[in-house]
Amino acid sequence: MIQLTRQLGRFTLQSLAKLGRGSLFLGHTLSGLTDILLRPGLLIRQLYFVGVLTFLIIVISGLFVGMVLGLQGYYTLSDFGAEESLGVMVAASLVRELGPVVAALLFAGRAGSALTAEIGLMKATEQLSGMEMMAVDPVKRIIAPRFFAGFISLPILAALFSAVGILGGEMVGVGLLGVDEGSFWSQMQANLDFYDDIMNGVIKSIVFGFVTSWIALFEGYDAIPTSEGVSRATTRTVVNSAFAVLGLDFLLTAMMFGDD
Amino acid sequence: MPEGTQVDETLVSIKNLSFSRGTRKIFDSISLDFQRGKITAIMGPSGTGKTTLLKLIGGQLKPDQGSVIVDQNNVHQLSLKSLYQLRKRMGMLFQSGALLTDMNVYDNIAFPLREHTALSEAMIRSLVLMKLQAVGLRGARNLMPNELSGGMARRVALARAIALDPMMIMYDEPFTGQDPISLGVLVELIKKLNTILGLTSIIVSHDVQETASIADYIYVISGGHVVGQGTPEEIENSNSEWVRQFMHGNADGPVPFHYPAKDYIEDLLSYL
Ligand SMILES: Nc1ncnc2c1ncn2[C@@H]1O[C@H](COP(=O)(O)OP(=O)(O)O)[C@@H](O)[C@H]1O
Ligand SMILES: [Mg+2]
Repeated sequence: MIQLTRQLGRFTLQSLAKLGRGSLFLGHTLSGLTDILLRPGLLIRQLYFVGVLTFLIIVISGLFVGMVLGLQGYYTLSDFGAEESLGVMVAASLVRELGPVVAALLFAGRAGSALTAEIGLMKATEQLSGMEMMAVDPVKRIIAPRFFAGFISLPILAALFSAVGILGGEMVGVGLLGVDEGSFWSQMQANLDFYDDIMNGVIKSIVFGFVTSWIALFEGYDAIPTSEGVSRATTRTVVNSAFAVLGLDFLLTAMMFGDD
Repeated sequence: MPEGTQVDETLVSIKNLSFSRGTRKIFDSISLDFQRGKITAIMGPSGTGKTTLLKLIGGQLKPDQGSVIVDQNNVHQLSLKSLYQLRKRMGMLFQSGALLTDMNVYDNIAFPLREHTALSEAMIRSLVLMKLQAVGLRGARNLMPNELSGGMARRVALARAIALDPMMIMYDEPFTGQDPISLGVLVELIKKLNTILGLTSIIVSHDVQETASIADYIYVISGGHVVGQGTPEEIENSNSEWVRQFMHGNADGPVPFHYPAKDYIEDLLSYL
């Protein structure tokens, strides 16, 4: 029992210490914004890398998720004779939930883990230390451009995911199952609210982009500088990002849709 | 420096420095001085804190007590900005080379110039080629770091360390793990750069022969203390048991072969 309490206490202290380091790190990273505005090339390069890493996986996953939604939605809705609402159902699920959440999970698994490994290896091979000794702040020069690139690109990737997903739903619903094309789109247009649905989805993906980029970069920066340390940090990035995204999704959904 | 001017001949001065990692005391109030334009070596067995000492000089670690003065600046009392200004004048060669792995040799050497100067690409090119020529690797400028041998990587790192024409340069184990030819090349290079560029050099090493052959002054550290100091001849003829063991590589002596443990027989029998 005492053993357990002791371990719990140690775990709590370690987590708090890590949260503290993470917050300082975040502050330092955000202060790199001025440097990025002076040298936008650094950011554009990272945006390109994140885009290359995640574009394909986002498009393919979006397509399949949309197709599944089309199938599942059709079977449920046709029981009530409401197949025409398939468009709304697919689009609302994607824009409100699946787009931001699944894109964030894929982003963490693909780009996030790659960022953690990259930063962790730079630390293990003394590249970050070397930069400090060359009077270059590695947080501003290396971390900040990657952070803002992740933060900016996730909302775009989530939008892409939703867009491709809606096309996938249309392919299955209209193309295969014979839902009327006109009502598929017009119902969607009439019933999706720009603010309530689309903006809320965008806000979610902005929050997820912020959190997953922060987690990925901090885990790399805080990694124990050995090959084992880096591999464990990479795993932690994926696990912690998934928890953070799903937990925050619940909170944000409750806040946004709770009052109606 | 012209002779006779009123200039402090000590470039780096470490006074009563103490530093701990967790509960372990790495340095216990040590003091060392490094003369301008000279090659000073710090020797000691692995794990005594030689790398740690260089990081303390460069301001990457903070001491528990004591001070480090570099060119009349107290390193650990400078603002971050002044520290970065000072670091531009301190080159450091990491044990691993610490080259940026996503850039080729040319861009690695151009990196500090691009970060800290507003020179045109044409000027940068001339400077990079000059530095590469100095280390004999002008022909290797398009290679990536993973295509370099260990010795070449260190020479590239050296070219990068002198890119901003620093006043001093710190070498962390420059000779470790080198084949005899690279070793000879590195020894010559360090000596040449020191005389030609008038650099102050600090070499941290446990390679006795090579280091003693080029150092003007040697400190031997162990267990957080300076256990011997002097010119290479003085160190060679030291009558300290400890220094003799280290310089001649004897397996047993004041530094025991065995890591502290309980009695051997007792340990073997304790299971029965
Ligand atoms: N980041 C660190 N955290 C904890 N202990 C460290 C760290 N870096 C080095 N040490 C410990 O400090 C001691 C001195 O290390 P170091 O300066 O690298 O020795 P040297 O360069 O002389 O081989 C070693 O015992 C090492 O285990
Ligand atoms: Mg070392």
